[in-house]
Amino acid sequence: MSESAEATGSPVTKESGGRAARRWRVPVHWRPLVIAALLVLACSAPFQLVPFRVFQFTMVLIYAVALLGLNLLVGHAGQISLGHGAFFAVGAYSAAIMLHAWDAPYPATLPVAAAVAFTLGLALGVPAVRLRGLYLALVTMAIAIFLGPLLKRFESVTGGPMGLTLAKPEPPAWTGLAEDQWLYFLTLAVAVVAFLVTGSLLRSRVGRALHAIRDDQAAAEVMGVRLSFYKTLSFAWSAMLAGIAGCLYTWVIGYVSPDSFGVTLSITLLAGLVVGGLGSFWGPLLGGLFVMFVPSISQSVNDAAPGVVFGLLIIAVMYVAPTGLAGLAGRAAYSIKKTLRKE
Amino acid sequence: MAGFLQQVVEGLGAGAIYASLALALVLIYQFTGIVNFAQGELAMFSTYLAWQFTAAGLPFWLALVITLVVSFAGGMLIERVIIRPVEGAPELTVVIVTVGLFIFVNAAAGWIWSFLIKDFPNPFPEGALTAGGVSVGYSTLGILGVVGVVMGLLYLLFQHTKIGLGMRAVASNPGSARLVGIRVGWTLALGWGLAATVGAVSGVLVAPLLFLDPNLMGGVLIYAFAAATLGGFDSPVGAVVGGLIVGVAETLAGAYVGFIGSDLKIGVPLVIILVVLLLRPRGLFGRAVVERV
Repeated sequence: MSESAEATGSPVTKESGGRAARRWRVPVHWRPLVIAALLVLACSAPFQLVPFRVFQFTMVLIYAVALLGLNLLVGHAGQISLGHGAFFAVGAYSAAIMLHAWDAPYPATLPVAAAVAFTLGLALGVPAVRLRGLYLALVTMAIAIFLGPLLKRFESVTGGPMGLTLAKPEPPAWTGLAEDQWLYFLTLAVAVVAFLVTGSLLRSRVGRALHAIRDDQAAAEVMGVRLSFYKTLSFAWSAMLAGIAGCLYTWVIGYVSPDSFGVTLSITLLAGLVVGGLGSFWGPLLGGLFVMFVPSISQSVNDAAPGVVFGLLIIAVMYVAPTGLAGLAGRAAYSIKKTLRKE
Repeated sequence: MAGFLQQVVEGLGAGAIYASLALALVLIYQFTGIVNFAQGELAMFSTYLAWQFTAAGLPFWLALVITLVVSFAGGMLIERVIIRPVEGAPELTVVIVTVGLFIFVNAAAGWIWSFLIKDFPNPFPEGALTAGGVSVGYSTLGILGVVGVVMGLLYLLFQHTKIGLGMRAVASNPGSARLVGIRVGWTLALGWGLAATVGAVSGVLVAPLLFLDPNLMGGVLIYAFAAATLGGFDSPVGAVVGGLIVGVAETLAGAYVGFIGSDLKIGVPLVIILVVLLLRPRGLFGRAVVERV
């Protein structure tokens, strides 16, 4: 069951099953073990690292949630979005405005941010359904560009160009955690739930329908997949995940401004996903690591270095490893295994 | 009324710039079916080259000629090196590669010339022609003139030269074109070179109006997308007409619709793109795409 949903090739190459089969995957019966080990690692990390590192890993998880949404749309449904930063911003601002204007409790902002982003995704998904890949990329990019001025315009609500500054959630006394650790665990919990729910969505008939649409739209329609329903759904669902990530961002950073969510964010998200691995389970997590750490490492060389690295890597990944880091790791593991077997 | 005409004239000036970048987009789309998201950034890079040449002391027009030649070569090189390997790949791959190019060129310009804004010399004299209460700036006239000349040259190239005939053949049917002996690969590269040149013209025209920085063309690109969508992505004439319409619509909306004002004008191309795609996806002058399954 899970194999059938996963054993599809990369969304960006028309490869047959033969090539996909030459990649090593975490065997299904190991998967709970791997995930459990990762979770143990993730839970112990904040007690070992300095607060700044904990903050960085919190951001990795936030990006991973956003990329999970983008992966659903781009990697699984084959629709291109250059505007996911906009949904991220909508989630961030929904939470920020609730906290700022109404003093809403923190837990309440998450479902609202998710709902707002989902609704917006649904509303935009309806016209998006009628657009072929290229045009969808155009429209979403235009939306991302338009959002900044729009946020600046409604100054009374959004704080205009100055943005909104908010208090971060306080850790409850009984946990005995520091603020950075508490934020980390909140983010981790949301991320794990998001991964589980999206993972099972993709293993269901929805996932198979999306893959069918991605691989051949006309054939999928002939097979009885309702294109408009599934495309709109994937658009809305992926917008929702971006919105959730945006809400987490507001919690963790405690500050939102229009300039944090420019076109650059949308493009960086797409870059991270492509490098992490389109359509793969681990891709969003690897992409999150990439989006967080590559700029902070390469920025020491030059302000422009992250962009140069991103740009070159995206093009290189498209040529040599269309399945991204996740696929590369799988292929490397496969060839190591094969060499070991020969000896 | 004079005020209205004044706005229209200014809109046409802006529209001519959008038209030239849209023309560059359309040139590439016609030949390769690719919407080049990096087109604006390539134009920005060319503009920096022009700035570098003038800063080195060359007279403006000579600098422009050198820039156009370099852009042409650069465009061809990019087609050969970067786009060639993904030719015929799924749309998603191609879009992602051009987006990668977008990020790379933008950052490379920032690396070379820093992100600080620079003043770009205005090639046209100050002042304006006044007729019937409407004043038309010399720079607006100059922009319209330059775009007109570029259009004319492209028309001559496509309709009255053998190279142009070959290019049209490739655009309409690459397979048959190859059979009659046209070198399709080089023709595609030629298309990219031409597009980069036309884009460079738009960058050089827009730079004196805005300031030169690596994000110069970000906004212009969206207007150019709207122009190309409105005119039809496979029609050069459509790109120009679309560009002028978008320019006028944007200026009028900014001037007369109080809610939009000058800061929300960037919403106009978004609305135009959405409306055109929903009502008439092929644009005003485009051909409808019929797909055989």
